[in-house]
Amino acid sequence: MAGIATPVFLCLETATAPAPYKDHPEGSARMLIRTNFLGELPERDATDPTLYLRRRELIRTAAVAAGLLLLPGCGRAEGDGTARPADSPDGFSTDEPQTPFEDAASYNNFYELGTDKGDPAENAGALVTRPWSVSIEGEVAKPGNVSLEQLLAATPLVERIYRLRCVEAWSMVIPWRGLPLREVLARFEPTSRAKYVAFRTLHDPARMPGQRRPVLDWPYREGLRIDEAMHPLTLLATGMYGRDLPGQNGAPLRLVVPWKYGFKSIKSIVSIRLQETQPQTSWNLAAPNEYGFYSNVNPEVDHPRWSQKRERRIGDFRRRRTLPFNGYAEQVAQLYAGMDLRANF
Amino acid sequence: MGGLREGSERFARLCGQGAVVALTLLPLAWLGLSALRGTLGANPVETLEHTTGNWTLRLLLASLAVTPVRRALGWSWLAPYRRTLGLAAFGYCTVHLLSYALVDLWGAWDTLVEDVLERPYVSAGLTGFVLLLPLAITSTRGWQRRLGRSWVRLHRLVYAAGIAGCLHFLWLVKADLREPLVHTGILAALLGARLLPRLRRALRV
Repeated sequence: MAGIATPVFLCLETATAPAPYKDHPEGSARMLIRTNFLGELPERDATDPTLYLRRRELIRTAAVAAGLLLLPGCGRAEGDGTARPADSPDGFSTDEPQTPFEDAASYNNFYELGTDKGDPAENAGALVTRPWSVSIEGEVAKPGNVSLEQLLAATPLVERIYRLRCVEAWSMVIPWRGLPLREVLARFEPTSRAKYVAFRTLHDPARMPGQRRPVLDWPYREGLRIDEAMHPLTLLATGMYGRDLPGQNGAPLRLVVPWKYGFKSIKSIVSIRLQETQPQTSWNLAAPNEYGFYSNVNPEVDHPRWSQKRERRIGDFRRRRTLPFNGYAEQVAQLYAGMDLRANF
Repeated sequence: MGGLREGSERFARLCGQGAVVALTLLPLAWLGLSALRGTLGANPVETLEHTTGNWTLRLLLASLAVTPVRRALGWSWLAPYRRTLGLAAFGYCTVHLLSYALVDLWGAWDTLVEDVLERPYVSAGLTGFVLLLPLAITSTRGWQRRLGRSWVRLHRLVYAAGIAGCLHFLWLVKADLREPLVHTGILAALLGARLLPRLRRALRV
């Protein structure tokens, strides 16, 4: 349903992009100034000097924008991934403090770009994402290979602030920008035999140097049951913190399924296949007893080698308790009614 | 003249020991400085754990390498560094254990108990520490004298500690086994260097 987006969009990218994560609802009211042990203000908390020097221009832009808001029929900007989406009034976003962009873009699990947390950011330059196309195949009435631009043009972007819980027991809060997957899939008209959705990452060792070693069985594959894929929480993200996705975060198109462990949210997608059978998934193939197909966040079911009861929110010192379905039980628990979540981990 | 020569040798030994101690403290100094400057990355506790864990294994392997290298090259002056490196490894192991138990899991005591009892990688790591503890205590000259031949036998436990450390590392990683395998390979080579001559002697008899 496209009704999520408000009818008026404005392209304020230049004005808002450099420090968008300060747009936190409570940011201006009670801004948290974190200094390090020496009392220095970390670089990331200082106002970008270019922003500061352009303050008059920004105010002017904002004033013009405010004026434009009052004009009827002012259409949205091009759907090329740079337009600023409307705030989503759907109640799915959390108002918890957001993880600093620097942390979310420097602490990544993206083995295609290296297995150390810092590798993906370092190697992201190799991942050229223009041009990019995605094939939608299998049990759909209208299969096709569409360019990223085509994919984005037809569906309004939404912004969602989600918790992300990694299977390694750390978590973040990230403002994503993207398309609800259900709206994308609907355009290709899934048939009645479409019971599952299989996703595939790009396989190109030139652009993904991590694929030169067989750490996993490349390309990376993930999958969802169709009802999980059609759930309104499930997002195909193209951006975060008000800007396009950095390479290390899965540019140009990634899945975000906030109630599942992070590895389910496959990055740099080139193929979406609807099918009747449950798809194979990469981590399940690598270690079937450790990573199940569902991999819903569940503090009651430990990873065989470590506990899932608690997690460290990046930026926090102490661990916090992990919530069932990563805190989204109210929205998704009914999808698994009657299922043994210990057996279907 | 003899006294002067002995004095300068002692001075050289002291300088050597001082240099090795300073070198082994560098990673700890880096950690402390980075912590003060707030540059330990997005997950500082993890950085603390990984760095101290890595240096425990590296220093333990370095300590184990002293005897084979000394024998192979005839460098008798290397001998005292076995203890220095071994104690440094124990030091990092202690910081590693404390950063896990008292920093990472502060307040999450139920998880700590569960980890120690149920997680093989935690049990292996703790075993390694427990094995190193008596070696650190009996590392003094006094204990060496008192224990005599048993001291040598006791200190063979260091290989068991090395195996425990490698298992700890192997059971911890998700998919990329390169680093733990490199450490395990070096340990196996060092163990082989000690066992092969014995085996050959035993077979000849």
